[in-house]
Amino acid sequence: MRIIVCAKQVPDTNDVKIDHKHGTLIRDGVPSILNPDDANGLEAALQIKDEHPDTKVTILTMGPAQAGIMIRECMAMGADEGYILSSRAFAGADTRATSKTLAVGVNHIGGADLIFCGRQAIDGDTAQVGPQLAARLGIPCVTYVQKIEFKDEKTLIVQRQLEDGYQVIEVKLPCLLTAVKELNEPRYMTVKGILDAYDKPLTILDHNDVGMAPEDCGLAASATQVLTSFTPPPKGKGEMLSGTINEMAAYVVKSLTEKHVI
Amino acid sequence: MAIVIDKDKCVGCSLCLQNCPFNAITMVDGKAEIGEACTACGTCIDVCPVGAISKEETKKEGVDITQYHGVWVVAEQREGKLQNVAIELLGEGRKLADDLGCELAAVVLGKNVSAIADELGHYGADKVYFADADELEIYTTDAYSKVIYEAVEKYKPEVLLIGATYLGRDLAPALAVRLNTGLTADCTKLEIDKEHMQLMQTRPTFGGNLMATILCPNDRPQMSTVRPGVMAKAEYREDGKAEKIELAATFADGDIRTKVLDVVKAVGETVSLTDAKVIVAGGNGVGGPEGFELLKKLADKLGGTIAASRACVDNGWIDHSYQVGQTGTTVKPALYIACGISGAIQHLAGMQESGQIVAINKNETAPIFEVADYGIVGDLFKVIPAILDELDKRPE
Repeated sequence: MRIIVCAKQVPDTNDVKIDHKHGTLIRDGVPSILNPDDANGLEAALQIKDEHPDTKVTILTMGPAQAGIMIRECMAMGADEGYILSSRAFAGADTRATSKTLAVGVNHIGGADLIFCGRQAIDGDTAQVGPQLAARLGIPCVTYVQKIEFKDEKTLIVQRQLEDGYQVIEVKLPCLLTAVKELNEPRYMTVKGILDAYDKPLTILDHNDVGMAPEDCGLAASATQVLTSFTPPPKGKGEMLSGTINEMAAYVVKSLTEKHVI
Repeated sequence: MAIVIDKDKCVGCSLCLQNCPFNAITMVDGKAEIGEACTACGTCIDVCPVGAISKEETKKEGVDITQYHGVWVVAEQREGKLQNVAIELLGEGRKLADDLGCELAAVVLGKNVSAIADELGHYGADKVYFADADELEIYTTDAYSKVIYEAVEKYKPEVLLIGATYLGRDLAPALAVRLNTGLTADCTKLEIDKEHMQLMQTRPTFGGNLMATILCPNDRPQMSTVRPGVMAKAEYREDGKAEKIELAATFADGDIRTKVLDVVKAVGETVSLTDAKVIVAGGNGVGGPEGFELLKKLADKLGGTIAASRACVDNGWIDHSYQVGQTGTTVKPALYIACGISGAIQHLAGMQESGQIVAINKNETAPIFEVADYGIVGDLFKVIPAILDELDKRPE
């Protein structure tokens, strides 16, 4: 079985802070990481490989060549090979263009029986690329997957998260699943894995390699355009209370009562 | 609109490089160069001190946008019950339709949805497109996207809004690919640009650190998913009545490729954070699952509900359905009491619109105090009992 895991290298947005005075982001020292939900997708693929050792796990990403570091990490966890779709022509891609390029990439490298994506990336937070990729490949998709079981070689029974519970869904391979963090606990890299990682094949493909014209990818193929972006204005700071705990508690209850909030 | 750098003007100060959220800029021979990670967000344009960076219009072929009219909202129902987000979308959709001078329509799919179709009329829809079929009783991506795709192709709305629920975020991208149009996720603000009569879609991105306003200039419909709990609900009007139009819902073998075997409800009470008037939320400072019992006491006293930051959910202290924030639920209760929450931007993005915010935290430098109306530096296990005592003292 061939499993493709779509992964994205993202800035760790948890470490980003806003400089409100200048309305800019402070991203000094913010590390680039494997997108957290993608790590759950990879772990799910590796668990299948643990059970069925003849499984090949391929990492596919669209991004700059530096994403190779992230792919090596995935290899150190157990992935077998990696591809980076990298070209200036891919710049400025929205989710429509990104899913198109990934779909061409998936087909170029020979397709898969099962594709994992993370639910969403922590830099864009759209949760769109996974289901859009499935739609372009013409395969069924289940998003927000929190549990996976094989019913038989060609059929999966998965749990799909809802706000207040979950659906149990049967789906046939080939299909695409998007992983949530409840799916599993991603494994750590092992020392042997790290040593082996640099012997595994990593291929960089540009738009010509996969047979895409520049006008079919990146900004040129995007439907949406960013008009402006800005840092969210801070909400005005209120009062910091002082006194003993009992005094502060009394004050806040009195104030909220006067405002008819409680 | 691609970002371009005027190499003659660029002085090589590298401010753009430091401020680029996506690390897409490098210095080549002392001049800035835009790399492939660029999302055209435009942050660099604002920080460039010499005006060397600009956006360049890229002309593209789209569809004939003059063929598209009307605002549509997809009205989500579950188990035959109209979801609140649908009423919020109708409230927002009405404003957009009025600004565009067009009709507002709702689309509802399910089994025996006639009563819901009437209800949508009471909430201000001029038209309701509905489909009734056994295959539509429970949501599946394939069945829902097929019916709505065919309807959009036939009736050509210019705007299509979908709630950014777990199901809406599944439906919208599948639909956008079939319609070959753009889609903007999780919008928190929608406006009409009156000059070009197009939709301006604003959403939090980059973990809530950045807001982006997005256009879909050349393709139709302009599709957005909208965060539940953010838009104001439409008013119920007794005399509201919509024209009802039935949609075709026929399925061939192989059209629906997933089978829902079961729908399981989370055990315990269902949380409706978006409806709560009072929320008492806990963070890392709560210390463990048992810490939420004290928060529950306060929430019960105030007729509210408890909630949690992502840290608590990640620690396994509480179910994810209680999570407030960028990757959880957006809430705006009348009162939000943050207990032991430091206030990461991702959390603030989900609660800073609350009416009144009380923050209780041991660390006086916690960012939560920046958005709090009342900040109390102290141990939540002492402060909350003191507040409970004060509440008991109040006259009935």
